[in-house]
Amino acid sequence: MSQSNARGGRWFFIKNVEKMSRVTTALSSNAITGRTMFCHLDASANAISVCRDASQVVVAGRNIFKIYALEEEQFVEKLNLRVGRKPSLNFSCADVMWHQMEENLLATAATNGAVVTWNLGKPSRNKQDQLFTEHKRTVNKVCFHPTEVYMLLSGSQDGFMKCFDLRKKESVSTFSGQSESVRDVQFSMKDYFTFAASFENGNVQLWDIRRPDRYERMFTAHTGPVFCCDWHPDDRGWLATGGRDKMVKVWDMTTNRAKEIYCVQTIASVARVKWRPERKYHLATCSMMVDHNIYVWDIRRPFIPFATFEEHKDVTTGIVWRHQHDPHFLLSGSKDSTLYQHMFKDATRPVDKANPEGLCFGLLGDLAFAAKESLISSDPSRKPYPGGDRRYPIFFFKKPDPTEQFAHVSSALSVFETDLASNRMDWFVKTAQLYLLCGKPFAELCDHNAKVAHELKRPQVSTTWTMLRIMFSDPANLTASGQNLNLSKLGTLPLMNSFNMKESGAGMGPESRLERSKGESRQDNSHLEPGNLHISNNNEENEETEGSEGQAEYMFGDAELDDDDLYSMEHDNPTEELEYTLPQEAFPLRHEIMDNPAAPEHLQQDKSDSPHVSGNEAEVTCLTPIESFSLISISQPLFSPSLRPASSAP
Amino acid sequence: MRHAVAPAEHVENSCFSVTGLLKICSHCEPLVKKDLGVRIPRPLGNGPSRFIPEKEILQVSKVDARTQSIFEDAFAALGRLENISLVMGFHPQYLESFLRTQHYLLQMDGPLSLHYRHYIGIMAAARHQCSYLVNLHVNDFLQVGGDLKWLNGLDQAPQKLQQLGEINKILAHRPWLLTKEHIERLLKAEEHSWSLAELIHAVVLLTHYHSLASFTFGCGIMPEIHCDGGHTFRPPSVSQYCVCDIANGNGHINHHEDLLGNQEVCGEVEVLMERMKQLQECDEEEASQEEMATRFEREKTESMLVVTAEDEESFPSRDISRHFEDPSYGYKDFSRRGEHVPTFRVQDYSWEDHGFSLVNRLYPDVGQMLDEKFQMAYNLTYNTMATHKDVDTSMLRRAIWNYIHCMFGIRYDDYDYGEINQLLDRSFKIYIKTMVCSPEKTTKRMYESFWRQFQHSEKVHVNMLLMEARMQAELLYALRAITRYMT
Repeated sequence: MSQSNARGGRWFFIKNVEKMSRVTTALSSNAITGRTMFCHLDASANAISVCRDASQVVVAGRNIFKIYALEEEQFVEKLNLRVGRKPSLNFSCADVMWHQMEENLLATAATNGAVVTWNLGKPSRNKQDQLFTEHKRTVNKVCFHPTEVYMLLSGSQDGFMKCFDLRKKESVSTFSGQSESVRDVQFSMKDYFTFAASFENGNVQLWDIRRPDRYERMFTAHTGPVFCCDWHPDDRGWLATGGRDKMVKVWDMTTNRAKEIYCVQTIASVARVKWRPERKYHLATCSMMVDHNIYVWDIRRPFIPFATFEEHKDVTTGIVWRHQHDPHFLLSGSKDSTLYQHMFKDATRPVDKANPEGLCFGLLGDLAFAAKESLISSDPSRKPYPGGDRRYPIFFFKKPDPTEQFAHVSSALSVFETDLASNRMDWFVKTAQLYLLCGKPFAELCDHNAKVAHELKRPQVSTTWTMLRIMFSDPANLTASGQNLNLSKLGTLPLMNSFNMKESGAGMGPESRLERSKGESRQDNSHLEPGNLHISNNNEENEETEGSEGQAEYMFGDAELDDDDLYSMEHDNPTEELEYTLPQEAFPLRHEIMDNPAAPEHLQQDKSDSPHVSGNEAEVTCLTPIESFSLISISQPLFSPSLRPASSAP
Repeated sequence: MRHAVAPAEHVENSCFSVTGLLKICSHCEPLVKKDLGVRIPRPLGNGPSRFIPEKEILQVSKVDARTQSIFEDAFAALGRLENISLVMGFHPQYLESFLRTQHYLLQMDGPLSLHYRHYIGIMAAARHQCSYLVNLHVNDFLQVGGDLKWLNGLDQAPQKLQQLGEINKILAHRPWLLTKEHIERLLKAEEHSWSLAELIHAVVLLTHYHSLASFTFGCGIMPEIHCDGGHTFRPPSVSQYCVCDIANGNGHINHHEDLLGNQEVCGEVEVLMERMKQLQECDEEEASQEEMATRFEREKTESMLVVTAEDEESFPSRDISRHFEDPSYGYKDFSRRGEHVPTFRVQDYSWEDHGFSLVNRLYPDVGQMLDEKFQMAYNLTYNTMATHKDVDTSMLRRAIWNYIHCMFGIRYDDYDYGEINQLLDRSFKIYIKTMVCSPEKTTKRMYESFWRQFQHSEKVHVNMLLMEARMQAELLYALRAITRYMT
């Protein structure tokens, strides 16, 4: 092992010197042009790769292995590498890579464990060059050295990485991850000897190609498999990783311990991640499940994608930037059997559709409101956040290219505290003490309670009581106050009547007409009322026909009141505990969650970790400004006099 | 009866002994004679398994601290310690993962209501006529407030559950036939529609109980004492031995058979180990791709033709067929007809990459638990084979796992199916095939006829592998259909 290693080391050096010069192919004068376009493939793609001069792209999958030329207006099929009457599993590709220096050289990773290289310069139809069958399991990834022509690295499900010298028949060194499958391997763009490998168990390892005995360092990057990693093309220390846990993380590897410097939470597992050329903070991701879109993130704003490409109808399996110095073209292959070229200017910008305002209640009735700065900035009393825009040096905006800037994101955040007095729950206690619910005729009870509510500054509730009296007590009964009727009975019977009124259509016979007239005019109602028998008959009938609805009518009434409360602008106190009844769900409610001792730990953690905003200063401390929020200000109350602004600016 | 099994003080008293409970019969005679008027049930069987002698099974009072605490937790959660858990107690690591998952599926937060969960469990277990699981969940179902009427048959259950009958049937016997149209029918049924999250929950439950039925039959789990068939009120007749006296531990007859068997298959383990070694070493002679494909196809086709069972020894104690429709639909039907099973490429849709994400998205936490359970089952090893130590069994475990997936048409591009033929002999294949495809036909003879020199704990280990591999296979087909519906 050590022998072969030493040998390997030597040729690395020799090659290195002569090839280095060829590497940097800056975007030459004949800049790439094109448009958003696609072509149909015969089968779903697993991976794509582009040749150095960005003129051709290779698409590989289980049943496809083709090269397409990228022309101005369309893709043109150049070559089908899948030849033979009955292609073997060596053609079933999990990954493909086009050499970035040698334009005739390609490598594929086969699902059966083979690593195959292809030489396009071969005169025969079959371009297969070398075949390495050293891996015992599926090979997930192949990677050419960025500057070394003959060096190829592979990572396999069997947990091994192998380095091949393409002039030899066998691998020159084998690296054992000492763990489960290798999902990705990537040579560093800047450190000649370094490569990174990501694993199914969540680890990332860094290796020195000269030291196959042991990894240089290892750290746990994700929970669950790390599907992909990518070195920053310019910044030598940055490694982006994407995992099944739906996260993209950027690690600074220059320090002693790998340090997570950015983290983006996506909505699905991250299958591929690729840094965007010429844009230090941008990277593109796609997922292998559920989500078909390609996202380009500005890692400094992890909550919303910078740009989205939404063309694919099935999961995107491969993404690659067309040219290593051009940030405007992205190529992608998908399970939906299409190959796309996306123009950056055609991308969707989710931020344009995002709601620029945010409103949220705190636990104790405080209200936070964020809005575009321009909306609020006219407010003279607003105090600017200390520091403000000055944090950004002037040159940060040196290229105001509208297609390349995130929408202006300065927001102003206002926090409104609840008035301490109205925050108190005294009214609740008083209400409980003063309300009368029995012992008097219904109407008097209502009047009394309306008065109580009014005195406690709860006009809404007061009005409700008054309405109750008007609707459900009839003058006839009022006079007969001697009768000892309890409230609930009084409440129920008339309610049914009134409900009945609404329900019964016209022309239902004399009785229903009678009811109808009652509904139309209360005065009439009182005249007719002496016929008490009628009413009770009605009720019985009602119960027979619509018996089970009895309860629902209460709900009906309540729900109406609720709506009033919810939409009323005179709604004066956000902390009011109103007697909400949930509206009927369109679907059955979930069963009750059983309290169980064996609840998973993190559930409990969630509870305790939940952002708890309270008190005067809490708002300010919680709202640590994110870089992109240039201003945080505290302004005058927007809506209601009972809310007064937080005491001071941070 | 439940009260008799689960009084609270047993939890506190850490040295409670289930075997002690099961041996009531040794005390029952005097009690009966006293004629207190209380009918005391006696367990019918002895020990938690019909296949494994009771004395081989871990004594609850003698297990190590870890297993002890797992047992205690299980007991506290359910108020009982099922025979399944006792048998799985051979492998505490796995048992823990298994119980955690099952507990979460049945009791914890999830989109389906509790009685639905148990009813789905009943439906799934009934598909394999697994009266053990059916009885267990009938009790649970009633306890969480399920409607007694539903137990009269699937047609008495809500429309919504009835619709699940179709995929229950397909998943249990021919999962590869599941299409996105099946999924669509469930999700778009107006007021009887399933939500995606509910469907995932239901699918996980169905596959869990299908495979658990396999385990139950594969290990010959005895009915619980409080369930039908688990006890009798008849006093032991004087003219007979008490059942336990005859067969407690290795009965005389069994013992004799074992001796004979051992002579026959002497060196079976050694042969197997030798083959594994050879395969490991001489992997250089590469088979062509066509040859590899042929090997897979041959194994798949052969697995169809493995004759499952002589129709013998069936023990219906409850009319179970009413919990599902179309009782004639089974694995046997098509395997005799030689139906072609399409090939499912695991590299295109795997649990790790795809299935997990889908489950975890719609039913958070469960994906993680299943993932851990699969890994646990697949990777569990003690590096022993029968009496030999320090053996790398990964090859054998992989062969078993892949053979089961192969029966379901699931192919690993990177596996040489020739290995299966080398490592799994015919009687083992018969056992696997029976257990996975028509578990109700598993017999004690089958259990005894494979791997004769291996220990019971190793056979239970195999059963766990089979169970998990089967569950994953079914899940893969179900989840792929759902994914296809979603895209």
